[in-house]
Amino acid sequence: MTDTAAIEGTDAKLDQKRKEAYFTASQGQLIWTRFKRQRAAMIGATVLVLLILSGIFAPFLTPYDPTIAGRNPDYQNGAPNIPKFWDENGFSFRPFIYSYERYRSIETNFRWVTKVNRDKRRYLVLFPEGDKYTLFGMKFSTHLFGVDKGKIHLFGTDGTGKDIYSRTFHSINTSLAVGTIGVLIAFVLALIIGGVSGYYGGWIDSVLQMITDAVRTVPAIPLFMAIAAFIPATVSSEGRFFIISIILGFIGWPTLARRVRTHLLTERNQEYVLAAQLCGARASHVIRRHLLPSFTSYIIVDLIISFPYMVLSETALSFIGLGLKEPVNSLGVMLQNVTKADVLLNYQWNFIPVIFFIILVLAFVFVGDGLRDAADPYSETSK
Amino acid sequence: MTRPLISVENLTLRFRTDEGLVTAVNDVSFEIAPGEVLGLVGESGSGKSVTAKSLMMLNAENSVYDERSRITLRVDDREVDVLSLRRPREQMIIRGGAISMIFQEPMASFAPAITIGEQMVEQLLIHSEMTKTEAREISIEMLARVGIPEPAQRFGQYAFEFSGGMRQRAMIAMALSTKPKLLIADEPTTALDVTIQAQVIELMKDLVDEFHMSILFITHDLGVIAQTADRVAVMYLGNLVETGTVRQVINSPAHPYTRGLLNSLPKLDDLDAPLTPVPGDIPSPLDRPSGCVFHTRCPEFIGDVCKRQIPQTTVDSASHEVACHLATQGDSA
Amino acid sequence: MSEVLIAARELSVHFPLRGFLIGERPVVRACEGINLEIEKGHFFGLVGESGSGKTTLGRAMLKAAPISHGEVVYSDSEVTYDLGTLKGPELKDYRKRAQLIFQDPYAALSPRMTVRDIIAEPLEVMGLTSSREETDRRVREIAAMCRLNLEHLRRFPHAFSGGQRQRISIARALVSDPKFIVADESVAALDVSIQADVLNLLNKIQEESGITFLFISHDLSVIAHTCDFVAVMYLGQIVESAPTRKLFAETAHPYTKALLSAIPSLDPDAQSKAQKLEGEIPSPINPPPGCRFNTRCPHARERCRSEVPEWREMSSKHHVACHFAEELG
Repeated sequence: MTDTAAIEGTDAKLDQKRKEAYFTASQGQLIWTRFKRQRAAMIGATVLVLLILSGIFAPFLTPYDPTIAGRNPDYQNGAPNIPKFWDENGFSFRPFIYSYERYRSIETNFRWVTKVNRDKRRYLVLFPEGDKYTLFGMKFSTHLFGVDKGKIHLFGTDGTGKDIYSRTFHSINTSLAVGTIGVLIAFVLALIIGGVSGYYGGWIDSVLQMITDAVRTVPAIPLFMAIAAFIPATVSSEGRFFIISIILGFIGWPTLARRVRTHLLTERNQEYVLAAQLCGARASHVIRRHLLPSFTSYIIVDLIISFPYMVLSETALSFIGLGLKEPVNSLGVMLQNVTKADVLLNYQWNFIPVIFFIILVLAFVFVGDGLRDAADPYSETSK
Repeated sequence: MTRPLISVENLTLRFRTDEGLVTAVNDVSFEIAPGEVLGLVGESGSGKSVTAKSLMMLNAENSVYDERSRITLRVDDREVDVLSLRRPREQMIIRGGAISMIFQEPMASFAPAITIGEQMVEQLLIHSEMTKTEAREISIEMLARVGIPEPAQRFGQYAFEFSGGMRQRAMIAMALSTKPKLLIADEPTTALDVTIQAQVIELMKDLVDEFHMSILFITHDLGVIAQTADRVAVMYLGNLVETGTVRQVINSPAHPYTRGLLNSLPKLDDLDAPLTPVPGDIPSPLDRPSGCVFHTRCPEFIGDVCKRQIPQTTVDSASHEVACHLATQGDSA
Repeated sequence: MSEVLIAARELSVHFPLRGFLIGERPVVRACEGINLEIEKGHFFGLVGESGSGKTTLGRAMLKAAPISHGEVVYSDSEVTYDLGTLKGPELKDYRKRAQLIFQDPYAALSPRMTVRDIIAEPLEVMGLTSSREETDRRVREIAAMCRLNLEHLRRFPHAFSGGQRQRISIARALVSDPKFIVADESVAALDVSIQADVLNLLNKIQEESGITFLFISHDLSVIAHTCDFVAVMYLGQIVESAPTRKLFAETAHPYTKALLSAIPSLDPDAQSKAQKLEGEIPSPINPPPGCRFNTRCPHARERCRSEVPEWREMSSKHHVACHFAEELG
């Protein structure tokens, strides 16, 4: 390497260090450096990490159990309680909400009506004891916040009185879990089928590609309807959850398999692979040392980009009633209630979870896009 | 003394990249007279392709031209300031009109799904007022002129049906159909076999005579330059280090880089001579040496002045230019 | 005292084209009836244009291309192998003795491995060293021989220029202590000022270690300067072979003459010699009958179109395949 012309001063030394870091950086490190430069991707990554963490720690972050057990029978279809610091009764350092009562009202023909009592305040408390929950195998009952009396519903409640805020965060967890399992299954299948196809080529490739295309063309919704119809009603909701995830995985593998195959077909013709083979390297060595590392970065990108599709598929399924059911909580399940005109017109807060999901999907997309740009081989030097 | 066809003055071009502003071409000035073949010689990173593309404003969007740079094209009794052309209609004169370009990889230059004939006709229709029939006739004539057998039949064929040499000829035919005043040839023979290369070079020399056209011939192959060029300009890492007639530069090279380059070539008339490479490696454009850009590898390095000062270009009585401190110090020219 | 290290006799390499279900499958006759003897310690040059089959011949000699007819026999002081029937542990042994240097320095090195790992890979795959220290020692030894800075061993290929990468490729080929190396267009992708550097390195290695080189190139002037012996190929066949000086002084075959005269001279005043070839190189799927060069040969006669010329020795070690070589000389 040439020596730089004027090596004096710390500037040049820093420069040298930076250059040395660049020279000794592995592919993974180079990709990470390039990824960090893209603002949209970094924002997406931060949001994604925050959402995932909030999903994992949902039982702590939310005040109530998201199932029927945690519902508030006195406040059904209730509007969101926004904590305030100040109202006509005076200022308070502690945020508060109003208390409310439910009674049968004459005006509405004796249907239940909720009345807000602006004089009785309920103050926010931090780290109260509340519904029990299990996290990482250990039992806790402390939540992040709550109110001293009654319940607080930041996003309001749905028709049966379940807290939407709690349900939102728990549902992120569920959807991510379903997505993860689905993606993992799809990935394993894709690796095996795409891998064999791409590595051996020839007639094996042709046959496997025909199968892949056949599976790809199967329309998802009718297939799900058929399979969902076969799931016996006696299966527990957890069991149902797993079966749905597995189904999603089995439907999702063709696209990934095709990508794996393409990567392999290109990589196996690379000259450095031939160089290894000319040393007498066995197939396992070639695969392990050259082929697998070469497309790890692409596969990670593919996985991340598949995630939103899994999440959305599950949402769609659950929405039409074929996927998860109560008490398992997911966006699709929550959206099952919003098709009624009543809800659309009067209880719009039921849609708040949708915003979270849009953000989640967008975060995945930005991160995936950013990773794909960072891993782009064409940005590496050619001559 | 005819005015030059195209003058390039103080051309400096930088690219905006993730690593900052990278200088690709640094203060390059040269002229091409009508009917003259100027060879632009350099290795990778020399900036020769970028310089040529500047003449047609073909550089990428992240290119930044220095404000002192000027490219002037003199055609039809008017002067065109190339770098100031902004709108596509104005730029047509430099793109396919008065200036045409042929590239190294002819397979990449022809659209694969359209016949060669259609592409040639399209070129003509854009730049002139002729009808489709006239354009077709002229195209077939050009194909014949460049030595393609059965031109009428070939007119309707696709690029992949042509062999490498023929594709290059077809590209020359397409470039010449608009009768340009300047043909830029960017490594046109590098991808061709040597026997085919000889044919194509012969063809280009004939065409220069017949069309009274200038050629900017870009290559790294000094042998090809010796046989085709009238004058030669040698570039290294974005700087023009030497300019002169082909005999001057090849027989009495003034710049150490040119000398090193000529010495490193295997010559058939002296099989015993050892091969002497130019020491070291070409620095990356991100790492441009200060002062004289060649000083890190120069076998005739004379000390601090080479490291600190950019050498001025000196011209001797025979119009042989060189940018080297040795020359400034009154030594050989 | 000349010993033949590797010899090809009537070697043909054919590649069937895929995709035709009925009828006869067209075949690419990449090499046809090759007779070649490379002596130990020689730097043997193989020159030809596209479609000449030179790369295929090089690969066949490394058993990286299928042998359709004829044979290739490798014979050094320890073993003798017939490449046609070589397999199993003997094939593995051959791989130690015969290596390849690629053309493209950018594609030949895995971008995900450090230089040290790239050079060490053959040692690890072939099990030539028993410990990491031994591997490291050997890597450093070879890297020093190829004039690679030892500090750069932990860098990745993207840190290096074309010439340096080619030196890494060379180091990788040398590490298993081979007796025979095929250098396939190893300097074609390099800048001119660097080519000389790599060529000098190859020559130095050859002098110091006595390795036999088969140097494949399309550039006759490069071959002229580095090789002791040259074979010229055209469309799958060797048309002439001789010691380098003899080839240039007593060129016999019309194609060789044309090839020589096609090289642009560095002298601007040199008169362009005659023998500019017309026409295109035919396809190796359907080569012309008789002498394959007859479609472009300025001296072609009836006999050339019907009869395949014999591969014969014109003078000491100077072989040619042309009916009329003596007349035209």
